[in-house]
Amino acid sequence: MSEQRPATPPLPPRERVGQEHRLIRAVLIVVVLAFLSLFLFMPLATVFIEALSRGVMPYRAAILDADALAAMRLTGLVALVAVSVNVVFGLAASWAIARFDFRGKNLLISLIDLPLSISPVISGLIYILLFGAQGLFGPWLKARGFEVVFALPGIVLATVFVTFPYVARELIPHMQSQGKADEEAALSLGASGWRVFFRITLPNVTWSLLYGVLLCNARAMGEFGAVSVVSGRIRGVTTTLPLHVEILYNEYNAPAAFAVASLLALLALVTLALKVALEWRYREERALSR
Amino acid sequence: MMKAGIPSPLALRLREPAILPGFGLAMGITLTLLLLIVLLPLIALVVKAAGAGPADILAIATSPRTLAALKLSFGAALLAACVNVVFGLIIAWVLVRYEFPGRRILDAAVDLPFALPTAVAGIALTAIYAQNGWVGRLFAPYDIKIAYTPLGVLVALIFIGLPFVVRSVQPVLADIERDIEEAAVLLGASRARIVFRVVLPLVFPSLITGFVLAFARAVGEYGSVIFIAGNVPMMSEIAPLLIVIKLEQFDYAGAAVVAMMMLLASFVLIFLINGLQAWSRRRLGDV
Repeated sequence: MSEQRPATPPLPPRERVGQEHRLIRAVLIVVVLAFLSLFLFMPLATVFIEALSRGVMPYRAAILDADALAAMRLTGLVALVAVSVNVVFGLAASWAIARFDFRGKNLLISLIDLPLSISPVISGLIYILLFGAQGLFGPWLKARGFEVVFALPGIVLATVFVTFPYVARELIPHMQSQGKADEEAALSLGASGWRVFFRITLPNVTWSLLYGVLLCNARAMGEFGAVSVVSGRIRGVTTTLPLHVEILYNEYNAPAAFAVASLLALLALVTLALKVALEWRYREERALSR
Repeated sequence: MMKAGIPSPLALRLREPAILPGFGLAMGITLTLLLLIVLLPLIALVVKAAGAGPADILAIATSPRTLAALKLSFGAALLAACVNVVFGLIIAWVLVRYEFPGRRILDAAVDLPFALPTAVAGIALTAIYAQNGWVGRLFAPYDIKIAYTPLGVLVALIFIGLPFVVRSVQPVLADIERDIEEAAVLLGASRARIVFRVVLPLVFPSLITGFVLAFARAVGEYGSVIFIAGNVPMMSEIAPLLIVIKLEQFDYAGAAVVAMMMLLASFVLIFLINGLQAWSRRRLGDV
C-alpha cells in the first residue's frame, strides 16, 4: 500500500505554539539536571571514584580476590538459571494469554505481576518458611541430604521469584498487539504448531523477548534483598556479587567494596547501553506495537 | 481437534474455541511455574502467620517497634512517591518537549535505578549524603544530617522510584495531540492555563500509575535503604529490616506476621489508589 502524502501546509514554527517562555524552559532544564545529578549521576560517579581512591593495584586485588571471583561465578550461574526459567515461562504465558481467550485471564495476569509488589525480603522469607529448618518441607528435605536454604537452590528460587514477571510482561502486550492472523495462516497452509511458533511467532517478538531478558538479567545479577535472606552468607560459597559488596562494606573495607560495586555499576551501564541499542534497532516494530 | 469448530452448547466454557494449537502445553507450563514459584510459597507465608495464634499476632502487630518500622516504611515510601511525581513529571516534560544537547543521555540515564543493583546504590548514596560526602557536607553546617536518619531513607526511596513515574508519564505526554493546545491558544488561554487545565488533566491518570508503581517498589525496598538508614530501632529501622532481624533471631512466626501486615497494608493502599485512578478516568473521560 503506497501512501500518498498531500503536501503539508507550512506550520508555524514549533516554538510559537505550545512552548513555555524561554526563561521557564531554561529553569526547568536546570532543575532536571540538578535533580538527576543529585540522585543519579553523583552516586554513579562516586562508585568509580571511591573504587580507585587507593589506586589501581588495590582495585585489581579486590576484584581478583578468590572470594570475589567465586561471587562472580555464582552470580553468573544464578542469572543464567533465572533468565532461562523466565524465557520458558514468558513464552508459555504469552502464548496462552495472547493467543487464546479463556476465563480468568485478567486474574492470571495480575498473579504473574504479583512479585513486583512484594518486598524482596518477603520473597526470600517465603522460601525460608517453606524450606528452612522450621519450614514445611525443610526437615523432610534435610533428612534426605538436600539443602535448599543457605545454598544454591534457595538463591536461585528467590531470584526466579523476584524476576518472575520480567519477560512475560514485555511479551504479552507485544504478542497481543500483533494478533494471530499470521500464525493461523501458516497453520492453514499446513505448518505444524512448533514450526509456526519458531518460524513466525518467535521472529515477530524478538525485540520484546530480548528486552525482557536484558531487564531480567540486570535484576537477577543485582538482586540483594531476597538473596541476602536465603543466602546465609557463606563466604565464597553462597555470596553473590551484591552480597560480597555488603560483606566488604561491613568490614570497613570501603575501597574493596566500591571496587566490586564498580563491576556491578559497569553491568548497569552496559545494560542501559544495550537497552538504548535495542530500542533503536527495533524502533519500527515498537512504533507499530504501540 | 474434531470439535474445534463446533460451538459448545454449554454456556459456561472455560476457553473459547481456537484454531491455534498448544493451549494445554502453554497453560500447563504457566500454571505449574506460577503455582510452584509464586503461589505455594505465598500460601506458606499466610499459613505461618496465621499459625502464630491470635494473641501472638496481636502482640507482634501492636508492638511499638513493629508500628514504628511500618510507619517509617509507608510514610517514607508515600513521601518519596510524591517527590517523584513532581520531579518525574518535570523530567518527562523536559525530555518530551524540549530539545537540548544531552537530552538522549538524560533519557537513557533515567533507567539507571532499574539497572543499578540496589546494594551499589545504597553504598554510593551513603558516601554522598554522609556528613563528609559531596552533598552531606553542604548540609552539615546547618546541623542537618541526611545519611543515618529517616531523611536518608527518603533519599534512597526517591532514587529507587524515579524511573517508574517518568516512564509512566513520558509516553502519554508524547502522544498528546498538539492540536488541542493550539485550539486553546486560539481561544485565548494563557500558557499557564493551558498547562494546568488542558495538558495536566490528560496526564493525571498516568501520574497516578507512576505513583502506585513507585510506592509499591519503595515500600518494600531493602538493599538501597539499609546502608544509608543507620537502622536505629524506633527511629530509622524500616519494616523489611525488622523482618530480617526477626529471621536472624529465628523468630519465623514474628517475621511472617510483619510480612503479612506489610503485604495487606500495601495491597489495600494500592487498591484504594487504583480506585482513585479509575474515578479520575471516568470523571475526565477515558484518555
